[in-house]
Amino acid sequence: MRLVHPRDDGPQREEQGKLERPYLQVESLAKTYPGAGDPVFEQVNFGIERGEFVCIIGHSGCGKTTILNVLAGLEHASEGNVFMDGREVAGPSLERGVVFQGHALMPWLSVRRNIAFAVRSKWPAWPAARVDEQVRRYVQMVGLDQAIDRKPCELSGGMKQRVGIARAFAIQPKMLLLDEPFGALDALTRGTIQDELLRICADTHQTVFMITHDVDEAILLADKILLMSNGPRARIAEIVVNTMPRNRSRSTMHHDPQYYRIRNHLVDFLVTRARDLSEGRAPASPEVVRPGLDDEPRSQAPVAPVQRIA
Amino acid sequence: MRQAVTLKAALLSALIFLTLLGAWQLATRQAGSAAQALTPEQQEYMKLMGKDPGAQKASGFPTPAQMGSTVARHLSQPFYDNGPNDKGIGVQLGFSLLRVGLGFAIAAMVAIPLGFLIGMSPLVHKALDPFIQVLKPISPLAWMPLALYTIKDSSISGIFVIFICSIWPMLINTAFGVASVRRDWLAVARTLEVSPMRKALQVILPAAAPTILTGMRISMGIAWLVIVAAEMLVGGTGIGYFVWNEWNNLSLTNVIFAILVIGVVGMLLDLMFARLQRMVTYVE
Repeated sequence: MRLVHPRDDGPQREEQGKLERPYLQVESLAKTYPGAGDPVFEQVNFGIERGEFVCIIGHSGCGKTTILNVLAGLEHASEGNVFMDGREVAGPSLERGVVFQGHALMPWLSVRRNIAFAVRSKWPAWPAARVDEQVRRYVQMVGLDQAIDRKPCELSGGMKQRVGIARAFAIQPKMLLLDEPFGALDALTRGTIQDELLRICADTHQTVFMITHDVDEAILLADKILLMSNGPRARIAEIVVNTMPRNRSRSTMHHDPQYYRIRNHLVDFLVTRARDLSEGRAPASPEVVRPGLDDEPRSQAPVAPVQRIA
Repeated sequence: MRQAVTLKAALLSALIFLTLLGAWQLATRQAGSAAQALTPEQQEYMKLMGKDPGAQKASGFPTPAQMGSTVARHLSQPFYDNGPNDKGIGVQLGFSLLRVGLGFAIAAMVAIPLGFLIGMSPLVHKALDPFIQVLKPISPLAWMPLALYTIKDSSISGIFVIFICSIWPMLINTAFGVASVRRDWLAVARTLEVSPMRKALQVILPAAAPTILTGMRISMGIAWLVIVAAEMLVGGTGIGYFVWNEWNNLSLTNVIFAILVIGVVGMLLDLMFARLQRMVTYVE
């Protein structure tokens, strides 16, 4: 017997009264690299609903990027399965757009042709005019109309990452995977692009899975934040529900009393509990917490586990 | 500022050229003036001994002026053809360029697809590596006897030698360029479900193009070095044969002229590839 569902019961499930999978379902995922004894992560279980924005936070080396690559179909897990929209994820697909850490634009193509490359991959039969229309729409969406015919080397870091986002959105994927897209940007640029991403996701009802190291970024963008314990044998230790309203913004967010409760919870986790829950001490089925609204959830969690659970 | 440096460099180049020309003039004049130091009796004696001091000037190293008139004569009539041993410099160059072009083109057609295969498949790389390592250091001219024996045509043997010498840099550079295409770009192609052919032509080829062009440039340089030696061996036509033929005629002016032409053409070929290289180079 295995516990498939996280405790967060989706609304669909209540409505239909039968076992309904969330839009994206990750089941007991594990990855062991050849030569290494312990798996990097194991028993990773979570689900993402349609239209949900989910962030994953954890220390370096816990396998966040590997999980994202497995979702993208670029890497294979050693154990476990991923289902999206009822079908198993077996390889890369145009249904899942990826924004890479280092933008991954092709430097010999202009912005227009970089995005057109993606658009033509998705709709090979489209005439050139239709492709260009789609390209211009998404370049406009990220506010780069002026730079459409420039090469990536003529763009700033923030602009490049915007092109990467436009390229991922332009193929209208069912799901968007972002691997720490703003890690290399300065704080001001990051803030602007975060606002843009929030607006675009709200407009398009895009389902998003994103890796981040930035607690504030997660609180601003995510509906649900997955907290990962440290590796080896890392797990998703907790699922934090963002209880702030969805129309939150960067400029006013910190006036909401909930903001600090969530933020403190996340920081506490990263500073102490991520380590305490490492090496498989986190539960296989992560707890769903609403910081400040639940009764103290930490009392239920093992505070200082003594033994490895084999 | 940069213009000023360019101008100074040009002036310096001109100065060096004139100095060299002056030294040449002085060196060749001394050989002639040695005859004047002799008394008429001594000169007559030397003539009797078959060592004409006056004639020494004609068969010796040419002066810049003699050189100049030879250059002018060749350049004014580059395309005449008066039989096997008397062809214009343009005709000879044409033969050489044709051989280099053919051998190089065939080598590119083999090396680039094969390099793709080696670069994309570690298995093929490991399997072919010993062959490449053994064949690469062989002097292309060492293949000549084998080529002459099997092909039985000196002209095609020349093309074969060009082929064999220009294949290695292109092969190795293509394989290296293809193998070191950034993983990110390949991941993008994979997530976009790009077909293998489209991936090869639109992602890997442009990504590896600067490295491939570097290989082609090196190959062309080697091919132009080798064609002269190859044509000296096989004879008949070409700039290498021209050099050898003029050496047999003891016409040093023609030999020097041919050397200059070989240098200038080699430089133009290199410039051409440098320009191509600039066209495909990208800034990351």
